[in-house]
Amino acid sequence: MALLQISEPGLSTAPHQHRLAVGIDLGTTNSLVATVRNGISVVLNDDNGRAMLPSVVRYAADGDATVGESAQAAQSEDPVNTIVSVKRFMGRGLKDIGEVSRLPYRFVDTPSTGSGQGSGMLQLRTVAGAKSPVEVSAEILKVLRERAEASLGGELVGAVITVPAYFDDAQRQATKDAAKLAGLNVLRLLNEPTAAAIAYGLDNAAEGVYAVYDLGGGTFDISVLRLSRGVFEVLAANGDSALGGDDFDQRIHCWLLEKNNLSALSPQDTRLLLTHARAAKEQLTDHAETRITAVLSSGELIDNVLTREAFQSMSQNLVQRTLQLLRRALRDAKLGVADVKGVVMVGGATRMPQVQHAVGEFFGQMPLTNLDPDKVVALGAAIQANLLAGNRSGDEWLLLDVIPLSLGIETMGGLSEKIIPRNSTIPTARAQEFTTFKDGQTAMSIHVVQGERELISDCRSLAKFELRGIPAMVAGAARIRVTFQVDADGLLNVAAREMGSGVEAHIAVKPSYGLSDSEITRMLQESAQHAQDDMLARALREQQTEAQQLLEAVQQALALDGALLNEAERVVIQSRIDTLNGLLPQSDQQAIKRGIEALNVATTEFAQRRMDLSVKSALAGHNISELGN
Amino acid sequence: MAITLTDKAAKHVQGFIAKRGKGVGLRIGVRTSGCSGMAYKLEFADEIASDDLTFDSNGVTVLVDPQSLPYIDGMELDYAREGLNEGFKFNNPNVKDSCGCGESFKV
Repeated sequence: MALLQISEPGLSTAPHQHRLAVGIDLGTTNSLVATVRNGISVVLNDDNGRAMLPSVVRYAADGDATVGESAQAAQSEDPVNTIVSVKRFMGRGLKDIGEVSRLPYRFVDTPSTGSGQGSGMLQLRTVAGAKSPVEVSAEILKVLRERAEASLGGELVGAVITVPAYFDDAQRQATKDAAKLAGLNVLRLLNEPTAAAIAYGLDNAAEGVYAVYDLGGGTFDISVLRLSRGVFEVLAANGDSALGGDDFDQRIHCWLLEKNNLSALSPQDTRLLLTHARAAKEQLTDHAETRITAVLSSGELIDNVLTREAFQSMSQNLVQRTLQLLRRALRDAKLGVADVKGVVMVGGATRMPQVQHAVGEFFGQMPLTNLDPDKVVALGAAIQANLLAGNRSGDEWLLLDVIPLSLGIETMGGLSEKIIPRNSTIPTARAQEFTTFKDGQTAMSIHVVQGERELISDCRSLAKFELRGIPAMVAGAARIRVTFQVDADGLLNVAAREMGSGVEAHIAVKPSYGLSDSEITRMLQESAQHAQDDMLARALREQQTEAQQLLEAVQQALALDGALLNEAERVVIQSRIDTLNGLLPQSDQQAIKRGIEALNVATTEFAQRRMDLSVKSALAGHNISELGN
Repeated sequence: MAITLTDKAAKHVQGFIAKRGKGVGLRIGVRTSGCSGMAYKLEFADEIASDDLTFDSNGVTVLVDPQSLPYIDGMELDYAREGLNEGFKFNNPNVKDSCGCGESFKV
């Protein structure tokens, strides 16, 4: 018979109505799956009692994929077909990956088609064919799904999958696609720091600002969250994608080399010493000193005693680097240390006493460490999944995140008009009205961009689409409402609607490919550095656009009613047109402004005559009494 | 008249209540639903109702409402592991028929 779990009072589910839901921490190095059983969030182990599944996938020639420990073991013998840390490639194009040459993989670039619909994501050529990061991640998720279904004895209704706070639209979409491919229904994507905070029950705690310090195997992330009315908002996120527990192993490794006067070890010896270094690091968490003994392939014996003090001093600058990033994140959030109400520790490397100590000292309070730092993200995701699956009633629990970069559209002159400003909490929807630029314009191209800069060329293009079938009207008469909607997963929908006729077009933005966190940081920094230039550039583009509009109007008028002018007048107007045309490509905003004024003055009389003419023609054939009506 | 918990089940219940941080005991009952007529109810209890029948088994307070008792009287609650799955198992002498999955039953 079925095995039952204890429910919260009054919340027993009807038979066959158990809504099995899991939380998945899809990590760079390891992945975990957790669920809420008997009212408690627990991580689900595999047959061997292991909770962590190494995020490693190995492809065989017959197309089969092995995932986890066995794939990891094959990493050195079959590096090309054994994909590690695939998370770094999610939603990325080849040009987003800096260190391509240092990676063992054979990459296939699939450049974006530019329409916003092309995948644009890189692929990895394996013995089983080209695999996208989405497919590789799906293999990992599939193993976790099977583990969960075996553990829970039924099909899952859904999963909450965690992603780093800095993941952009493309990376989030790629994660969702991977889940779909693995047969998982994604209830929601949840930011990792938010999941950690939930695991500690901070959502039930008092309102306030919390910091999440996440030092994993190879990455460091710091997030500052604000909890208000049960809602988490990411105030700032910072990090270093090349700083983690492995660097601490490396320090011990270097120390061993120095102590024993070793240089240029073989890869096997390097791996051996790194393994010992790692074990020593873990030993020092609970012991004041540890002995490292190893025999190198040359037969040389390594036998050293490493004290906690020595380890701390050799790794001090690594810890300091995390504190620097921490400081910066607080500055971004415009907060001081005293504003932070609690600190959550995530990632195995936070077990190191010197890290806990440094973070505690920095904040003037002990960080929360009583949950397993390797599991805390998955545990939080499971709590959220349980809730979203409907296993707990009553609670209105909305989790909010923010978008990392402003979203907008391109307007005339290559300028970016921001519709949703950066750091807006999601889900959100904003609309703005635009109009046509030319008489009789029946189509409008909507170019969706991401970034803080004023000029389109400095922003990231996300998608392009066209609104067609706008009724022909004079320039500026059409009212086109552009709506941006970002859902709870951070995915964007853009719709454009001509208000008079109701014609509509929309696009779900599957960005061509994503931005890396460092790129986001760079774009933000640039926007601050270039604020002044951008303002001037915007003013110039606006002036140029105005000039173009005027030139077009005058030329049209000349073509229609040129007969109203005498030769001398025509020459003056033409010369000013030529002057203004000549000024257009130059970047002297003031000169263009003067050129516009000059042309305006020269055409004032002409405009007057045209007006008179049109009034006359309008009145022709009518008598006064008719006009009175 | 009694409901009992095996030693193993009692240990797990105590562990879950301790981790949950509150609770006076375990509420067991039946409801009319499911494909075979009746379904078990297994919940944490935060308070004892005035008409509750209470049993003490291996250190766990078990609460049963009087309407449910005839269906489950004499039952033993066990904790079992089947593959990766684990959970509570009802050994109910009153059951004459149960649905394929065992989540609901007839008396």
